[in-house]
Amino acid sequence: MDNRNTKVMNRFDVTSRLIGKLKHEEAVIGGIGNTNFDLWAAGHRPQNFYMLGSMGLAFPIALGVALAQPDRRVLALEGDGSLLMQLGALSTIATLKPKNLIMIVMDNGIYQITGAQPTPAASVADIVAIAAGSGLANSAWAADEEDFERLVEAAMSATEPSLIAVRIDDKPGVGATRRDPVQIRERFMHGLGVREPL
Amino acid sequence: MAIAEQQATPAAGDNSWHGIVLQTLKRNEISLVPYVPDRVLTLLIKNLHADPFFTTFATAREEEAVGIVSGAWMGGRRGAILMQTSGFATLANVLASLAVPYQIPLIMFVSERGTLGEFNYGQSLVCRTMRPVLDSLALEHHTITRLDELEFIADRSIKQAVTTQAPVALILNPLLTGGKTFDK
Repeated sequence: MDNRNTKVMNRFDVTSRLIGKLKHEEAVIGGIGNTNFDLWAAGHRPQNFYMLGSMGLAFPIALGVALAQPDRRVLALEGDGSLLMQLGALSTIATLKPKNLIMIVMDNGIYQITGAQPTPAASVADIVAIAAGSGLANSAWAADEEDFERLVEAAMSATEPSLIAVRIDDKPGVGATRRDPVQIRERFMHGLGVREPL
Repeated sequence: MAIAEQQATPAAGDNSWHGIVLQTLKRNEISLVPYVPDRVLTLLIKNLHADPFFTTFATAREEEAVGIVSGAWMGGRRGAILMQTSGFATLANVLASLAVPYQIPLIMFVSERGTLGEFNYGQSLVCRTMRPVLDSLALEHHTITRLDELEFIADRSIKQAVTTQAPVALILNPLLTGGKTFDK
């Protein structure tokens, strides 16, 4: 990973910058664990969905939302360990080419939430190369925070799915998501305009 | 059998099992159908692709398809997934951590391998894991063996899944579909 010429950033900082760019009730799917915690800590929004398990499914869930609501931008936050669980999803997304889907990969090379063990791909696999090889041409490493913000802005008006990978440190997530799955889903559906509040 | 020359989109009077499944999906406004292929489902998949009402595509793994239709449901679009028995066997985690706790009406059509003339030992053992998994999660499931019961079971099960926000598995038995035989 050292030859990637990318700064090691902080997940909460990067997540907060991302949320700061959202202006049109974009949907955001948090993966399990720390991406979820930082999404929550960056400020709860009704358009946020928080996973409680199903490791690796943040991108497929986001794809489903994107197919259901093609006029809304849909973002998903995934860790490198989670993405390794479901690499095939990248080729599915590349084949369908949903123009409103933005994938963010937070890569620290470890299973942070289980005790920071290295992933089987730590230091050898290049997430962006894998994404590009899966058919997602619009994939890039963020060089630093400013570059990340620039890539997010470009992705917001892109006409094909985008993947942005960020090297992050091993700092734990900030905050903890409340864990009531039905409440999470109902709020998300309200946020997407699918349900009326009771 | 002239199934190869059959019309791409079944007519309203099509009484084949796959024609009934397609029309039942359509009537219930289920337009998103990701799948992992199965030989027995070939004509259903082909006809779904040929009908512009449906967005249908292959996924690399069944779990992925569950994630996709779950996201679509939350976004206001109905979906169903197609798979075979061995694919269902990969789903225990996602059923227990996504579909059931979030109360998502996940509609699954499972082509049943591993029974009534199965020739692959791996398939026959995997089949025996399916109903215990469904039962352990208290998931509604029906095994469909008769053409005359298919529409009733599929239509009512879909409506129940949607109104009770609970997953359902519709197991398509070889008595209905003809199954897969060793010489195919």
